[in-house]
Amino acid sequence: MSTPRALVVRAPGTNRDGDVAFALDQAGARSQRALLGQVIENPTLLHESQLLVIPGGFSFADALGAGRLFALELVTRLGDELRAFVAAGKPVLGICNGFQVLVRTGLLPGGDSGASVALGHNQNAAGERVPFVCDWVTLEPLSTRSIWTAPLTEIGDWIECPIAHGEGRFVCSDDTLAALTANDQIAFRYTSPNPNGSVADVAGICDDTGLVLGMMPHPENHVVARQHPQYVRGHRFGLANALFTAGVTHAAAL
Amino acid sequence: MAPLLTFRSSREARRSQVPRVVDMADSGAVTSERHRFTIRPLAVDDVAVTITFDGALGTSQQAELQRILADPLLETGSWDLPVEADQLDIGLIPGVTDTAAASFVAAAALLGIDVDDASVGRLLTIGTGHGTGHDTGHDTGHDTGHVDNGEIRRRWANSVIERWSVGTAVEPGFAAREASITATELVELPDDDEAMVLIGKQRGLALDLAELQVIRDHFAEVGRRPTDAELETLAQTWSEHCAHKSFRAEIIATDIDGASLTVEPLLGQLRRSTTEIDAPFVVSAFDGNAGIVQFTPDRTYALKCETHNHPSAIEPFGGANTGVGGVIRDIIGAHHRAIACTDILCFGPPDTPDDQLPDGVLHPTRVIDGVVAGVADYGNKIGLPTVAGGVLYDPAYVSNPLVFAGCIGVAPSGRPPLTGPHPGDRVVVFGGRTGRDGIRGATFSSMEMDATTGDVAGASVQIGDPITEKLVSDLLVDGWDLYTAITDCGAGGLSSAIGELADGVGADVEMSCVPLKYAGLAPWEIWLSEAQERMVVAVNPEQLDALIELAAVHGVELSDLGSFTGDGRLTVRYEGEPIIELDTAFLHDGRPRRRLEATMPQPFRTRVALTCADPSSALLDLLAHPNIASKADIIHRYDHEILGSTVIRPLTGVEHDAHADGVVIVAPTDHFGISIGIGVNPWYGLLDPERMAWAVVDEAIRNVVVAGGRPTAVALMDNFSWGNPTHATTFGQLVAAVQGCCDAAHLYKAPFVSGKDSLNNEYLTADGTRHAIPPTLVITAVAPIDDVEHVVTPDLKQAGNVIVVLGRTVAEFGGSHLAKVLGDDTPSAVPAPDAGAANRYWAVHEAIEHGLIAAAHDCSEGGLAVAVAEMAIGGRLGLELDISLVDDDSITALFSESVGRIVCEVRPDHLAEFKQLFGPDGVIIGHVTDTLRLVIAGAGSAVIDLDVDELVRAFNTPAGKARS
Repeated sequence: MSTPRALVVRAPGTNRDGDVAFALDQAGARSQRALLGQVIENPTLLHESQLLVIPGGFSFADALGAGRLFALELVTRLGDELRAFVAAGKPVLGICNGFQVLVRTGLLPGGDSGASVALGHNQNAAGERVPFVCDWVTLEPLSTRSIWTAPLTEIGDWIECPIAHGEGRFVCSDDTLAALTANDQIAFRYTSPNPNGSVADVAGICDDTGLVLGMMPHPENHVVARQHPQYVRGHRFGLANALFTAGVTHAAAL
Repeated sequence: MAPLLTFRSSREARRSQVPRVVDMADSGAVTSERHRFTIRPLAVDDVAVTITFDGALGTSQQAELQRILADPLLETGSWDLPVEADQLDIGLIPGVTDTAAASFVAAAALLGIDVDDASVGRLLTIGTGHGTGHDTGHDTGHDTGHVDNGEIRRRWANSVIERWSVGTAVEPGFAAREASITATELVELPDDDEAMVLIGKQRGLALDLAELQVIRDHFAEVGRRPTDAELETLAQTWSEHCAHKSFRAEIIATDIDGASLTVEPLLGQLRRSTTEIDAPFVVSAFDGNAGIVQFTPDRTYALKCETHNHPSAIEPFGGANTGVGGVIRDIIGAHHRAIACTDILCFGPPDTPDDQLPDGVLHPTRVIDGVVAGVADYGNKIGLPTVAGGVLYDPAYVSNPLVFAGCIGVAPSGRPPLTGPHPGDRVVVFGGRTGRDGIRGATFSSMEMDATTGDVAGASVQIGDPITEKLVSDLLVDGWDLYTAITDCGAGGLSSAIGELADGVGADVEMSCVPLKYAGLAPWEIWLSEAQERMVVAVNPEQLDALIELAAVHGVELSDLGSFTGDGRLTVRYEGEPIIELDTAFLHDGRPRRRLEATMPQPFRTRVALTCADPSSALLDLLAHPNIASKADIIHRYDHEILGSTVIRPLTGVEHDAHADGVVIVAPTDHFGISIGIGVNPWYGLLDPERMAWAVVDEAIRNVVVAGGRPTAVALMDNFSWGNPTHATTFGQLVAAVQGCCDAAHLYKAPFVSGKDSLNNEYLTADGTRHAIPPTLVITAVAPIDDVEHVVTPDLKQAGNVIVVLGRTVAEFGGSHLAKVLGDDTPSAVPAPDAGAANRYWAVHEAIEHGLIAAAHDCSEGGLAVAVAEMAIGGRLGLELDISLVDDDSITALFSESVGRIVCEVRPDHLAEFKQLFGPDGVIIGHVTDTLRLVIAGAGSAVIDLDVDELVRAFNTPAGKARS
């Protein structure tokens, strides 16, 4: 297998690009970080890559709602290239702000149904808006459709990793939720207490091709055992390396 | 689309006379008009967002914009909704950073919509009975006759950055574009001293008579009057904020009996202690933007901690926000890449009754919400973990809240040092654009505050833009070899940045080349603006093109303002005409040294024990005291995980809800890194500033040591927040504290490498009452972690392990938290220095390196009882202890705050080896149990018997948290 090239696209305000590049490289990819403007100017960067990541952060300060301007830029300037990328069978991962971006571009949940989902401001159990939260969560991988999570479901590998977001509440209609569930597009759910009021504890979803994954938590921040808060207490599981390995392995076979 | 006609500005009226016509494919000619879009969340929330803009908008474009701006799953969007009678419409004052509006303009441009100007505001439904208007002197709104702006200011809006209207739409805060005075004015400094002081006051120069006299004499010698720009430049450069006059002042000290004492200037003392300690890891101390240390051959760390008190008092979000941005720029300016932030916050109690607030002071809950949001916003957005810190509550901070923002950076060693600026180098500014924001911040923060401060200092406070600063930082890290000198634009703006770089070299710069946010700034405003996110570098002309190219890649705007000359003169021009011609020697060295009187404190130093009838209930009260109780609510607001380097976080333990002592940062690719610890105790400061300083240096060092930091290589930072230094007793307390700092530094061989003082933290109420803060010294300690596998947290690990207390305990209750919860003001000594502490920490480090310590925790506020309770909370394990060997008096053993003590958890099979290291310095007090009870026996009988659940509940339910 060749070493796949992973393109990590950052907009002004993206800030976990380095973290995810490290996780991808550890999983066997050769990652390249590029500014959105560079990719727009030179879409070859996209064509030459086998894997695409939209990382976490606060693109354009999230001033008009998380990820909206980044998504608008992508759709306006690179819409065809992005669709072609997925059509070519190449995996795409959006984490946190990247998830918000992918949802706004329509790549998630994707498909022809026109179903839409959204990520809203965090809420507590009473439905009141609560601010940005950074904490550790536990995720159960569910989707066998997703090339990212299918290997994790086989071994029942739960991921423990941090969240760090203010707009992570997964929202959709009951019909959409039923359709996504029936179509095996719910990639992750929180098994630790729901941190943001997400519908049905959904932490991440994939598209109908299984190539595109979006998730709010940050698996890239638990790819070395000592990143876990309980490491000093001997904790040695819940690492997210298998997730990145799944995407990189798929990309390497292209 | 009909524009809202109610609030047409003169500018709009002008525009509508000459409509601009835009060709639209779908709808023919469209005229630029006023539009307003309201976005209301579907969730339980009464705050809507409004976007008001002038632009040409076709019907299909309106639908496009709506699709982008309002997600039907989350919110509703409506065009040109009237503001209802019970709605409060809030907008930003023109010139205040409005990133949302900028994003809107960018989004509209992507959709092919031409927007002239935009402003983003908030719309709240507040019920009827409130007024209309605003009281910052701006021309907007109209008085409906039942104005209650006081309540609006108290609850919803801040007149420093916002204006509002009830029942009608507020005038959008489009940037003012009216030309202002561009001419430079010559200022007459009269021969009459009193008249001159008056002129200084009117211009807000914050200079004293002696300083003004020197300026008058200087210009008499030069043979001309100073320009307004020159006076402002001198005022900024010579301000307390920039020049640290009190720390450099000649000291006339007297003890309590009036006998005079010889005391070296304070900064001299601190520098001398560092020189004498002569630690091999210090690369640079008290020089440039940050202290620099080197623990391992491959890299250096830059350390800096700043205060941002005054701005945070009047606009908590913006003040704290730009405080974080500023200290990160200090690290960038020290040629390092930022890797972590710290924050220490001092607030008034959240349950302070409204009627106890001095006039013009924001309620502590507003301050807390704003400051925490401001710190979180900057750190989270720029992508740095906010890892270490503290939150203190005391009524003395109601009118003067304190914000200490720190940052640590890393750089590979072996880079050639920056040697510029060299004559001929270009003066290049880049980053954010310059506006009329933050004018005179340095002088503002060097004055005391009163009820009018919020109004007159409006222009001194800004909102940060972390996104731009991230771009600037990325550019400077990538292009680290493209400049010969660098500094940030902080207080004083370009005047201090270029002024500092030009020191001894000279520079000639053109102000009309500075990129502006909007037209109409006077030359001196450009020169002094403290607009955020700007850096100044010296660039060899041959490298300029490379820097310009790299800046374009990173999307950073830059401008070449002129050159460093070599003639030692600072020349500033506007369109070629000089507005400033100053000798840099006069600018930097011409200030007369200040003489300050100090009356030394005479603290009470007799050990007196307190009595307490119910130690169990006192322990629960201590755990619930806001200063000791869980800060999880605040900690979770900060991203402490980003960069993946956080090994010990501020929260630790089985349930991730106990406080860590020191935090540890090790990059995922490394095996070594750093530990960071904080020490602060204003309650000791009130009673005995010298011992306080000693105690907080000790606490900061102890925090890094218990986490695994190497005690023989600790670097320290000092931040003094004090009252008015021209009061002899206040200054005397400062002198005593600096002496305590230096003594402690010597004992631990831990040099100070960087510091920052903030004086004049006093508030004068209308009735003449002076509110001063207690002497507040924050010490930050940074030490190397040699092996990430040998780090320790305070949470108990395993039933059966032995608990050992290291260090001596005596009755020291002065400023203690037991005294606070008991309401007992019996005088007692503040904890005294412990000369044995340095050797003890060295031994603790040995033990950690050998894996002999399962958990370690410092004893601080609340003493041994609180320390062991916190360890039990962290591990969700019980303890069975007997403290009779600690002190005969159970209350002293439990609650005294004697410094230098560490509680260790040791596995039984490690105990023999552990004992060898400590000998009689360690006292075995019991063991860990799995009973989930904390049982402590004193001389013969149980003195504390509590469920760990009760401890957890008290710790997680801070007293007085909810506002009554």
